[in-house]
Amino acid sequence: MAQKTMIQAITNALDLELAADPKTLVFGEDVGKNGGVFRATDGLQAKHGEDRVFDTPLAESGIGGLSIGLALTGWRPIPEIQFYGFIFEVMDSIGGQMSRMRYRMGNTRNMPITIRAPFGGGVHTPEMHSDNFEGLVAQFPGMRVVVPSNPYDAKGLLIASIRSNDPVLFLEHMKLYRSFRGEVPDESYEVPLDKAAVSREGSDVSIITYGAMVREALKAADDLAKENISAEVIDLRTIAPLDVETIIASVEKTHRAVVVQEAQRMGGVASSVISEISERAILSLEAPIGRVAAPDTPFPFGEAESIWLPNAKDIEEKVKATLDF
Amino acid sequence: MALHPAIDFDQLVSGQTADFPMIQILDEVGQVVNGDIMPTLTDDELVALMSQMVWSRVLDQRSTALNRQGRLGFYAPTAGEEASQLATTFAMKKTDWLLPGYRDVPELIQHGLPLYKAFLWSRGHVVGNEYPEDLHALPPQIIIGAQYVQTAGIALGLKKNGSDEVAWTYTGDGGTSQGDFYEGVNFAGAFKAPAIFVVQNNGFAISVPRDKQTAAKTLAQKAVAAGIPGIQVDGMDALAVYEVMKEARAYAAAGNGPVLIETLTYRYGPHTLSGDDPTRYRSKETDDLWQKRDPLVRMRNFLTDKGLWSQDQEDALIEKTKDEIKAAITQADQVGKQTVSRFLKDTYEVQPQNVAEQLAQYQAKEAK
Repeated sequence: MAQKTMIQAITNALDLELAADPKTLVFGEDVGKNGGVFRATDGLQAKHGEDRVFDTPLAESGIGGLSIGLALTGWRPIPEIQFYGFIFEVMDSIGGQMSRMRYRMGNTRNMPITIRAPFGGGVHTPEMHSDNFEGLVAQFPGMRVVVPSNPYDAKGLLIASIRSNDPVLFLEHMKLYRSFRGEVPDESYEVPLDKAAVSREGSDVSIITYGAMVREALKAADDLAKENISAEVIDLRTIAPLDVETIIASVEKTHRAVVVQEAQRMGGVASSVISEISERAILSLEAPIGRVAAPDTPFPFGEAESIWLPNAKDIEEKVKATLDF
Repeated sequence: MALHPAIDFDQLVSGQTADFPMIQILDEVGQVVNGDIMPTLTDDELVALMSQMVWSRVLDQRSTALNRQGRLGFYAPTAGEEASQLATTFAMKKTDWLLPGYRDVPELIQHGLPLYKAFLWSRGHVVGNEYPEDLHALPPQIIIGAQYVQTAGIALGLKKNGSDEVAWTYTGDGGTSQGDFYEGVNFAGAFKAPAIFVVQNNGFAISVPRDKQTAAKTLAQKAVAAGIPGIQVDGMDALAVYEVMKEARAYAAAGNGPVLIETLTYRYGPHTLSGDDPTRYRSKETDDLWQKRDPLVRMRNFLTDKGLWSQDQEDALIEKTKDEIKAAITQADQVGKQTVSRFLKDTYEVQPQNVAEQLAQYQAKEAK
């Protein structure tokens, strides 16, 4: 088993699926010869050919429409949207078209599309490159939104997404791309969609989060352990639709919940998680549900990220407030 | 006067439009004005094409009546656009892929959608959109322009499949202002994909006239920037539309890439039957001018002169079409009611927890 960064795990997953299924296609802006601006598709065109891995004109809506048409003619498209902040340009293809194609056509057509997009804060990008509006797409019935938090999951979730006959938005947190390595098996494997992971078991409080905030939550849990606070960390992995069963089982065990998202507080995935807990497990709770999120401003200017993004310390404080209630 | 003759913008813009003569074969009274490009259609095919246009005119009249009786739902009138709609479709093969807009229901039916399903689509019933695998078409698109980017994708898929099939789509004059219009045409051009983009220029995007839509002199010229052929055709002349479309199909199928066709046409009726009143934005003079160019009149004259068409024949066809419509409405009435549990099952292939939970709730409710 090799140690891989998340971006290496992603490239590996694409490589394996291109080899395993002749109908898979990888395309987008700069994904061909250049291998993608983050090198996620590095070497794939040379290995699998220009018919399977190709550059498109620079137009996100065109990439969305291309994906839908390719899917309808028997292909399994894996388009890249260069940065998730550019998602607005392709919103109709996602929310108006591919997410509802199965429903619209009475279950007579599949939409096996996996849209990959880098997102998330902490890497000092120019404006509109880091925005984490994953909650927007999380509201489209028919879509799945998957956000891996580590290299192992990234590979397995991406393979499961590609093999899914329903459309998936697969969001890759830029800060996780190269910041650490993890054990990643060489062979192909799937990590199931729609299934949250218990990343760390605990008994005093459930910290429920996803993406880059899983690392922050685990850091917080380590520190809290030194003060004899046992925190359970739930990594949602698929943020829409939610694995409510795993969330509720954890909260019923620990009786306290802190929900963490990197995105702004308004709207968003944390709201959904908190609603589900409130509706299903309120009598198990010994304290109000805590929430850690970014403030309700647009995503911050590059130099201001550290004062805006939630971190392990914020999580620790919220956990303690919940325990001290 | 420009200060510098090499940077004379007035001259640049006036000389910029490529020559887009309107292709015409039959004039307003059905006389052949351009025999050189007369399609090589058999007598039976000519009669079939005319019959489809008459069928469509009757369908438009009956659909309007049925809508007013509350027996149909959403309806976008088609009268006036028969040549543009049906002569394009007539030039395509059954295996080709059709991506219609919401006014392109006659094309969809001629391409293989059963009439009762078209009626169910109008009413808002899922069975109207259940297409068998071999019906190479999508339900009418509501988002103006979305069908253009999807057509580029289907055309690229066909090319990658090594297929000899072609994708074709429609939008209107207003649709050419959409970003998706440019993206679709440009993608298909860049990939040399077998697509035909038809712009049915009926002069008005609901109420906004063509000259407020763009400074471009023609819509066909929008092909120039994408580096693909653009052509303008008399959209009231079925023979001209057919011939241009047939040639475009051959060009695309031969691997040359896409073609953009602008048909000059007119809708006699309102935008839709959902409250639009064309007298607010169109004059009677304009209506009368276009009525004189009617696609059925000139084709009827042409075929009558050739001894291929008669009033009796047309009357019989009208009656037959009315019977067909009556039968289709009856068939649509017999389709069962829709259920939320069905919709939940149709949302994902593999049910996530929320859907499974709601499915159980709705199934229990529906069993009562």
